[in-house]
This record gives sequence, structure tokens and C-alpha cells, in this order.
Amino acid sequence: MEQKKYVIRQISVFSENKPGRLAAIAKALQEEEINILAFSIAEADGFGVVRALVDKPKKAYEKLSGIGFNVAFTDVIAVQMKDIPGGLYEIARILGEGKINIEYSYAYSGKEAAVLILRVDNVEAAISAIRNGGGTLLESSMFQ
Amino acid sequence: MFWNEKIETLKGKDLEQLQLKRLKWTLRQVGSVGFYQQQLKDAGIRIGEIRKLEDIRKLPFTRKQDLRDGYPFGFLAVPLSKVIRIHTTSGTTGKPTVVGYTRGDLEAWAELIARNLTMVGLKVGDIFQNMVNYGMFTGGLGFHYGAEKVGLTVIPSATGNTRRQIEMIQDFGVTAIHCTPSYAMHLSEVAEEMGVELATLRTGLFGAEPWSDAMRGELESRLGVTAFDSYGLSELFGPGVAFECPERDGLHIWHDSYLVEIIDPASGEVLGPGERGELVVTPLVKEAMPLLRYRTGDITMLLPDECPCGRAQKIARITGRSDDMLVIRGINVFPSQIEHVLLRIPEVGSQFMVYVDRVNHLDEMTIEVEINRAHFSGELADLSRIQKKVVKELRETLELRTTVKLVEPGSLPRFEGKAKRVIDRRGVV
Ligand SMILES: [Zn+2]
Repeated sequence: MEQKKYVIRQISVFSENKPGRLAAIAKALQEEEINILAFSIAEADGFGVVRALVDKPKKAYEKLSGIGFNVAFTDVIAVQMKDIPGGLYEIARILGEGKINIEYSYAYSGKEAAVLILRVDNVEAAISAIRNGGGTLLESSMFQ
Repeated sequence: MFWNEKIETLKGKDLEQLQLKRLKWTLRQVGSVGFYQQQLKDAGIRIGEIRKLEDIRKLPFTRKQDLRDGYPFGFLAVPLSKVIRIHTTSGTTGKPTVVGYTRGDLEAWAELIARNLTMVGLKVGDIFQNMVNYGMFTGGLGFHYGAEKVGLTVIPSATGNTRRQIEMIQDFGVTAIHCTPSYAMHLSEVAEEMGVELATLRTGLFGAEPWSDAMRGELESRLGVTAFDSYGLSELFGPGVAFECPERDGLHIWHDSYLVEIIDPASGEVLGPGERGELVVTPLVKEAMPLLRYRTGDITMLLPDECPCGRAQKIARITGRSDDMLVIRGINVFPSQIEHVLLRIPEVGSQFMVYVDRVNHLDEMTIEVEINRAHFSGELADLSRIQKKVVKELRETLELRTTVKLVEPGSLPRFEGKAKRVIDRRGVV
């Protein structure tokens, strides 16, 4: 239960690779005064998924679904990355030793430090491993 | 139940003998039609050369356009005074097609309808509401006289005023209805709005437009009927040419009255059982307007398996029109095949678009299909897996490699009436 506070809800939006789709997503979120804290785009053959960490995920979900987008919630975690050489390696090592796969990740620069958003195959195990390994997880309440 | 067990179960040599006798009669009958005199002369064929059923392959096809060109009475084989009814079919383009009936034709047609109604279990005591157009359309009067022949209590309600239709079903205790599948859907919606249960209904006969098995399930649960597919076309009398039996696994076409061939629409070559192609019919008992090798434009196949009901060989439900056929790298593809593949993949929707291009002298087919909203997990890997699954299933059915593009739900065009899902860009420079 203690770990729940580290689980962050990312919104994942199905989007065709065609001009204007990202702008449409950004505009819709702006209209609802939803802040995009971080985002990434993953592309495949003709289509992609826009992943975004926002301050109001439920509202974002409803707004985007309402204008026709196909949206899903995805559980991710956020790790504070030490702004020194080897900062990324340390996190990757901890997860590797815990036999946890990173499905994808993206980073952004927060107020105090760089933050790494991670989608892993086993969220609970990842949270335990990072906490036991001395890493710093950010609570979802910091964003949402 | 059989209306005419002997003739309905006729197979093998006995059937062929009867067909050959009737084919020869039909060949004599077309002798008085100017179009056929000219056509046979041009093809250099004398009627006497047709000695066995297979010889029919020597004869040229008759097309819908030929009938239009014969407007109004060019295809009549009897004097107009012998024609006791005329129907027409409206073409989407050009003049209508005229179909004439002698007294004998109307009798033969009613007999076929009677077979169909009896086959699905309708009998004296059933109350039958015929909710189709009674005008020039053959569905109204065709079913009407067949149902009276069986002795059903017939309500010629025709179309329109759905609330009144529903009241009659209730008040008269209607047990069987005949209409188009789309009207049946509308009927069920209005009944729902009215809060009416159509408790007496048991049988639904649906035809005149293509409908899917998914729609069958929906109509059956909404109306509380067992639904049967009806096939026919005015040029071959009207409805009643082929009909589902209680097995509901293909349609029995009446081989004593219709000589059936399935052809490759592109080459005209005759195909065997299990091979999908265009239905070509030579009616064997038509007096006023006999036809030779009439190309129906409908896509089906002869089913190889025998039916437990004991009747003769069935055809598959119609899966499209030959006009819609595409030839991709030499392989015939029907948009309906694509639709069937998509319908059995829950992760994608049933709307689709097909684009055909020629790239480096090779045909390339691209299919756009919508992701099903409920099946989007948020993961790119899952989308790729769905895309590969669609490609694989299409390859298995079409025997063709295609490019599949997943698009956003609701983004493809929706069609009312005839869908235009294929954009063939090969001819464009
Ligand atoms: Zn049967």
C-alpha cells in the first residue's frame, strides 16, 4: 500500500502519423488548463502513441476522449536522477539486478533535478528495487 | 417440411435429365427472341449442338445491359397478349429492366415461394405480414401469391407507417414477417421505443439487400425470430430463387428451375464447388422472358457439402458484387472478403478503406482500418501486434500480402447506401 503513492498515471493517446494531431492534443489540454509536465512520441508504421505526464490525468482523459481521441491510462514511475555522470547507469543497474524490464522511458528537467519517467513490466517490483537500492522515487502527488 | 419433396430432393442423374429436358425447351423458347437469334448467329452456334448440360458453356453470356438495351419488350418470347403481368427493376443508371410473366410463369414463381415458406416451417395457421413494396418491386406480389398458395393468413401491409405495422403484428398475432433486414432493424427500434413486445413473432424472412451474420444475431435477439436469408432477382422471377433451410448454412437454389454456374468474373471461366465467383443462371422454366447464362453480378460459390435436410446443392450467402472485384497481382479480391476478415478480429473495427497503387509495375494494396476503442491498451507494442495479426489474417484469406494501416476510431468515412471503400489509383498517371 505504501508503494501506491509512487504509481503515476500517464495518459497514452493513439495517434496517426499525420500533421496536426499533436497540435490538436496540445490545444485540447491547453483549453482545459491542463499542464503537460513531460511527453514523448513513439512511432511505428504509420501510427504512434503520444505519452504524456499531465497534472490532471482524469480531466485530460475525458477531454481527449470527448473529441474523439483513443486514450488509455498507463502506470509509470518517476525517478529522480542525480545530475552527475553515471546517474542513469545507477537506475538501470538497480532495475537490471532486480530483473525488471524497462519498456520505455523519457526524461525531463524538473525544478531540482532531472526526472526519469519509466514504464516497466512490473511496477511494484521496480518500486521496491529502487527504494531498497537507494534511489529516489517521486510521489504522484508531486505531479497530480 | 417439404412443399414438393420429390422435386426438392432431386439429385444426380435424375436431376440432370430433367435439367437437360428443360434446357432444350428453353433453347427453343429463346428462338423467338431477336437478341438471341442474333447472338447465337454471331457466335456461330446452332441450338441443336447443345446436347448435354456442359454444352451450355459454348453459349455467350447475357448481361444486365443487354436487357436494358432491349427496353421495353425486346426480350419477350411470347406475344404481349400472353403476358399477364409486368414488373420493372430500377437501374441505378439508364433505363429500367422490364420483366414479363405469363400465367404459367406466375404459377411457377408462386410454387418456388411456397417451397421456401414450407422449408422454413411456415404452414396453414401462420399469420404472415409482408412488409415490402407492392408496386413494381417483385418482393411484394411475389411473396404474396406464394404465401396464399401455402394457405398462410397474409397481411399485405407493404412499407411505411411502422407504428401501424407494429400494432398489426400485435393485434393480429403475426407469427412471420418478410422485409428487408434494414427495415427489420428499424421495426425493432420503433417497437422498443413504443415499449411493445412482439411476442407472437417466430420467423423472419429477410432479403433484397446483403446482411451479415452479426446482423442476423441482432435481429434474432431484438425481434425474437429465427431469421432466414432470401435471395432472388427480378430477371429470374424475383425473390424465391434461393433460400435458407433450417440449417441456415447456405441457400438452397432450386436446381429444377435454375441451371447454376459459378464463373470467374474476369475470365468467364467456369469454377468448381468451393470456388468463389459470379453466379450465372439459366432459368429453365421461364416462358415470357427466357434467358441464357444470365450474369447476376452476385458473388457466391457452390457449397461442396450435402445438406442434412435432404435437398440438393446449396450456394453460399451472397458476399458482394462482381463489379466490386479487384484483380491484384492476378488474384481476384472482393472487398467483402476483407470485411469478413475484419469482422472476426475484435481489436479492429469493421469500417475500412482499400487503396490500390502500382509501384514499380507491381500492384500494392493498402487497407486502412480503425483500431477498436476498447482494445487500445496504450502500448505501441500491442498496436504493432494487432497490425501484424490483421496482415496475417488477410494473407490467409486473400492469399495476398497487403499493407495495413491502423487509424483512429471514427476517422474513416461512413457510408449510407452503397459504400465506396475502394480507391483504385492504378489507372491514374
Ligand atoms: Zn438444407
